[in-house]
Amino acid sequence: MKSESLIKPYQQLRGATLARDRGLREKVMSLEEAAKLVRDGDHVGIGGCTMSRTPMAMIWALIRARRKDLTVSRSITSTEGDLLLASGASRHIITSWFSQGIVWGVSKVMRHFTENKLARFEEWSHMSIGLRYRAGAMGIPFMPSRSMIGSDVSKRVGDEFKTMECPFTGDRLVLLPALNPDVALIHVQRCDAYGNAQLDGLQFMDIDMAMAANRVILTTERIVSNDQIRRTPDQTRIPFFTVEAVVEAPIGCAPHECYGVYEPFFTQLDAYAERTAKNALKGCCDYLDEFYLGPKSWADYLAKIGMDEVLDACRRGRSVHND
Amino acid sequence: MTKHQAPRRAYTASELLAVMASRLLKDGQVVFAGVGIPLLAATLAQRNFAPHLTILFEGGTIGPFIVPGELPPSTNEQRCTRRSNMVLPITDVLLLLQRGYVDVGFMGGAQIDRFGNLNSSFIGEADNPTIRLPGTGGGNDISSLTNMIVAMKHEKRRFVRDVDFITSPGWIKGHRTRDRAGLPQGGMWRVVTDLAIMGFDEETREMKVLAMHEGVTREEVRDNTGFALLFDDHVATAEPPRQQELAVLRELDPERLYTA
Repeated sequence: MKSESLIKPYQQLRGATLARDRGLREKVMSLEEAAKLVRDGDHVGIGGCTMSRTPMAMIWALIRARRKDLTVSRSITSTEGDLLLASGASRHIITSWFSQGIVWGVSKVMRHFTENKLARFEEWSHMSIGLRYRAGAMGIPFMPSRSMIGSDVSKRVGDEFKTMECPFTGDRLVLLPALNPDVALIHVQRCDAYGNAQLDGLQFMDIDMAMAANRVILTTERIVSNDQIRRTPDQTRIPFFTVEAVVEAPIGCAPHECYGVYEPFFTQLDAYAERTAKNALKGCCDYLDEFYLGPKSWADYLAKIGMDEVLDACRRGRSVHND
Repeated sequence: MTKHQAPRRAYTASELLAVMASRLLKDGQVVFAGVGIPLLAATLAQRNFAPHLTILFEGGTIGPFIVPGELPPSTNEQRCTRRSNMVLPITDVLLLLQRGYVDVGFMGGAQIDRFGNLNSSFIGEADNPTIRLPGTGGGNDISSLTNMIVAMKHEKRRFVRDVDFITSPGWIKGHRTRDRAGLPQGGMWRVVTDLAIMGFDEETREMKVLAMHEGVTREEVRDNTGFALLFDDHVATAEPPRQQELAVLRELDPERLYTA
């Protein structure tokens, strides 16, 4: 299968970064304003992994803004992948694993779109996805590695999979092409108005993705002062000059989790799985109507999920700090 | 479903898998574990005889201890970090495999063939699949870079002569084909099922039965396998799960999420 390389020419990559205003400036805006920073056809990197720290509020805003033809990449893709496909926002997802989660079985929505050739699920091994972002973060066109070789996964990605003999040792190495998303969507526990982001718990591939991307849209549980950030700069993981927008979106990963704040909303996720199990496309589209297009605001979306669920997820989320 | 008449056992097939797999681990090992049976088996080993066994989770955790009743739904939730030594980015925890810090990779499997290759990508032709499965995740990395244990149900449709698609390489086409493909390290070591425990012939790398569970016959194993299995010269009978082992599993998974 041939695929258009996502590797950006080096001068173009640097030029796009240099062209951005990288000064220390406030960039707080609404979800709707931030959605305008994503263009149809962009390569959008999605932070978090599976059901964790998924930037759901931003994805919600992009779907509501009717973005389309996005190339989406993520370490592991869960329900947000279903919704990006069913809403028409994306027809091409680059990831290592795609389904709601092991306990819910294979995603019927992913199956519908891939088996009917309506969308492309470009599969790379998990480490390969990570090293592709890392190469992107390092400003180099590829990263050598030692997995994927000998498997059919490598044959499937076609022209983008290359190997070479190591000039030092003679080992056969895989060359993984860099991923430099046009935009990275990342949700964090806290950041300041400039975009200095601190994140707790599991980092997934977010730091590499932020550095690799042309620009980052941050959603955050809360915006804190720059003074607060400067008291614990060792906790800052994403520097402000990578960031183009800061959006305060409390419970912004629902129904997924945000480390130390809330766990996954299991009742909501079970209900989603049940809807899509019966009729994949209709179930998912009904869900989009009810939870994505219907609500007036993110708060209204949370209200639809229900206060009981929000409180339960938050109680479980905070338990990580308990003995 | 397996064709054979399930014997009346005081435990489920999943519990049997977890117990048998746990006994293959050794104290002091570093084990890269998936959620479900692999995690339960590794935790059981920690509790019983391997207190210095370290679990790694793909989500980026070194050395967690699972809280009973709070089994994580994937390797990437906050539940995976409880009482761990360190959390680190996904890429870096996977790189520990490549660097050579991991003794055993341990996961479940959808489809396996006679050379221990695993398929979790496509049922049928990849260009025109009957079922598009979720894909490799870290499976390809783990099976490429370390020694593997796989725990899965023993069914004819899962044990096929050649997998439809090699997602995670075992011994590829047998003999030295794995090495020659560019994977001199690691390889499929043990396959644990609800019928038997299998290894691979040193020379040809074909799957070979090393032990069967109590009450299981060779015929049953053959009937539930889609290719000609080798049998070791001395096929042992595995000791059935002990009450204590089952009690630990039931404490860890009281809602029977993974052991029903």
